[in-house]
Amino acid sequence: MSNVAETTIDRARQHEVVAALSAILPAHALLHEREDVQPYECDGLSAYRRLPMVVAQPDSEDQVRDILRACHRLRVPVVARGAGTGLSGGALPPSDGVLLSLARFMRILDIDPVARTARLQPGVRNLAISEAVAPLGLYYAPDPSSQIACSIGGNVAENAGGMHCLKYGLTVHNILKLRAWTIEGELLEIGGDGLDAAGYDLLALLTGSEGLLAIITEVTVKLLPRPQRAQCILAAFDDIVKAGQAVANVIAAGIIPAGLEMMDRITTGAVEPFVKAGYPLDAAAILLCESDGIEVEVAEEIAHMTAVMQQSGATEIRVSRDEAERLRFWAGRKSAFPAAGRISPDYYCMDGTIPKKALARMLNEITALSAKYGLRCMNVFHAGDGNLHPLILYDANKPGELERTEAFGAEILKLSIDVGGTITGEHGVGVEKIDSMCLQFGTAELALFHALKAAFDEHALLNPGKAVPTLHRCAEYGRMHVHAGQEKFADLPRY
Amino acid sequence: MDGQSHFQRAVLIPHKPVETTLNTIIESLADRIKSAQAHGAPLRIRGGGSKDFYGGLLQGEILDVGGYRGIVDYEPSELVLTARAGTPLAEIESALKERGQMLAFEPPHFGSTTTFGGCIAAGLSGPRRAYAGSARDFVLGVRLLDGKGDDLRFGGQVMKNVAGFDVSRLLTGSLGTLGVLLKISVKVLPLPVAETTLRFEHTAADAIALLNEWGGKPLPLSASAWRGGELSVRLSGARAAVDAAVTQLGGERLDEAGATAFWQDIREHRDAFFSTAAPLWRLSIKSTTAPLNLPGNQLIEWGGSLRWLATNADAATVREAARFGGGHATLFRGGDKSAGVFHPLPAAMLAVHRNLKRSFDPAGIFNRGRLYGAF
Repeated sequence: MSNVAETTIDRARQHEVVAALSAILPAHALLHEREDVQPYECDGLSAYRRLPMVVAQPDSEDQVRDILRACHRLRVPVVARGAGTGLSGGALPPSDGVLLSLARFMRILDIDPVARTARLQPGVRNLAISEAVAPLGLYYAPDPSSQIACSIGGNVAENAGGMHCLKYGLTVHNILKLRAWTIEGELLEIGGDGLDAAGYDLLALLTGSEGLLAIITEVTVKLLPRPQRAQCILAAFDDIVKAGQAVANVIAAGIIPAGLEMMDRITTGAVEPFVKAGYPLDAAAILLCESDGIEVEVAEEIAHMTAVMQQSGATEIRVSRDEAERLRFWAGRKSAFPAAGRISPDYYCMDGTIPKKALARMLNEITALSAKYGLRCMNVFHAGDGNLHPLILYDANKPGELERTEAFGAEILKLSIDVGGTITGEHGVGVEKIDSMCLQFGTAELALFHALKAAFDEHALLNPGKAVPTLHRCAEYGRMHVHAGQEKFADLPRY
Repeated sequence: MDGQSHFQRAVLIPHKPVETTLNTIIESLADRIKSAQAHGAPLRIRGGGSKDFYGGLLQGEILDVGGYRGIVDYEPSELVLTARAGTPLAEIESALKERGQMLAFEPPHFGSTTTFGGCIAAGLSGPRRAYAGSARDFVLGVRLLDGKGDDLRFGGQVMKNVAGFDVSRLLTGSLGTLGVLLKISVKVLPLPVAETTLRFEHTAADAIALLNEWGGKPLPLSASAWRGGELSVRLSGARAAVDAAVTQLGGERLDEAGATAFWQDIREHRDAFFSTAAPLWRLSIKSTTAPLNLPGNQLIEWGGSLRWLATNADAATVREAARFGGGHATLFRGGDKSAGVFHPLPAAMLAVHRNLKRSFDPAGIFNRGRLYGAF
């Protein structure tokens, strides 16, 4: 995380690349002066910063194709960037390559109200899709918390989730078709207008591939009918373990809530002054459990959910009486990250996903780690699918705090793996969690990832150094973090 | 932890063969793969053999995975089931049913011998697909042997996981051409509380229009099928939602046994439509595409997105119709496979497929020609 590189740019190389791209792009769409490229030095994970050698801002597919061909010919790395809201440093620019900004691809190309699809350029904002189709009674389901700013291209690259994915799925479940370009400038039309496509499922493979395989210039998404009504239960618990058990009980009762979120006391305490949601601040944890559908269905499901919460030992249950109250319940959850920024100079967001049965153990361990590192941690998570977002609060200006935060975070990730989960549920690996990949995967799996990347990008030019660590890097990491011979690279030669 | 609810009581393990036996099975599979790789000898991966009819002509010696069986982990409150590839699909479905859950993609069995591994390798989904998702949508993790005999694990048992490339979903529907599936984790869903099937008289064109119109409304649709002037739709979900939709849509209500049998017959291709001498084509196209203007009989599923066509029309004509509908056509059963079973790929896509195949199976030994003649 402490990676603010003051790298030097190879001026001769820069000159060569700018000259090649000048034949493709107008001058205003090709940036290389320090003050021009500075705004691109980081994405949503600002702890990592690096100046790009060149920023290219194409606005047509032909330009994208030609840029890729030129970069391939010159063997120049290319990093795609959408809205720059990513939380794992996936769009950290290359100091020896081109940052390919797709922000100018902002058009909604087509909306088919009958087939319920929308064809979009990658720079279209997530929320703008639902806004555009709202008059048709439709919406686009995945709703990452950054949805007012994040773009659909980035959503595909990261397989973005959101509050409602337990019921409505992730990005991968809600897209139909992509136009994507290989580094060699070849067009791949992936997916189709039907529900599946011939050959291998490249739509699934490209989704969440973090810009390592191809550059996306068009996305066709599925639209769903907007539910007639949504209602939310706020349930308070005097014990976080009971809250965790309540989550399991809801699912076991055969209910798939539209949203099922948990916040611990430190989180509700942080957001309440901010949003005045009326959260019970004495509760150890609260759950937000939402139902959506037609009127009668929601009424039936809310009654069922309420009964389960009661049986699970909730100390207080409130059911939203109107839309304003429902939105107020959610306002606190949606403000958790900004609230963290309000009560602490810096915060570090984790993204592990674990089996729900491990929730109690995980929370207890996080509490212990919080004491061990002397750092506060807010626990907010998508409880229904086991996706945790512990927010470690720290102050980067205090010597050593950043390092302690990183060590704290790495322990949470290791624990996520140990309980049968994963280091990242929806934020991606990027540069941030690349070392933790060495713990989650063995040598053979990583080798296959590299082979798979090479199937698209032989010279590893697309977003190099992200998402998949080199075996050498893992060997180095293993040397630093030996856990009684348990690390997965005991068999690897050490350099 | 006291006060634990009955929901969490048991991890269901109907078969628990001795661990060493299971390891022996994997070792012997890996040995055969290594030897086949060394000799460039093709292997034909087989679970229950129920889908031998599907895909290109079978080549190579049988590599039987059926012995590697058993449900490994199933906890209903996690909504996740993990089982070995050789586990009979029926066994998985009955374990789920016992706990009020299901494989929501309603995979077809096409026989009694179907295995879980074969189900995922074929990637086929049944009537509920258009409304609940496909096999690949529900796959969370896999363990496999690649073409070098390496034992690899990807994904896991959690619903959200973006660590590394999504190999699990890539393997789904790859027809065994990339590796031998050993173990698969899938997301499962609760059985709907209520289910009702309605029947209407409509032309194909009207049925397509209605299905698309209904798809844009908050109705609890879970399946649709049109054939011979008769449109059937299934509604599933909360009792109140199903009852409200029945009132809204009208139509003739099928009795429960009749409805269950009807959808089973659609799913398993036992419906009279499928007993045809003509080759059976499967066209996956845009839901709003007009009824196919081709000779032969049609059955429309998935809200209009899936068209079954029993026809003697030539392959080029059928493929052109699919292309016009923004999709692809598969020669699903019967007919002349020599011109290829699956829709031909453009050059750039074929190149990527070849490269991917090579990265998993460098010697090209697995299920040669089952997907495309080129590999």
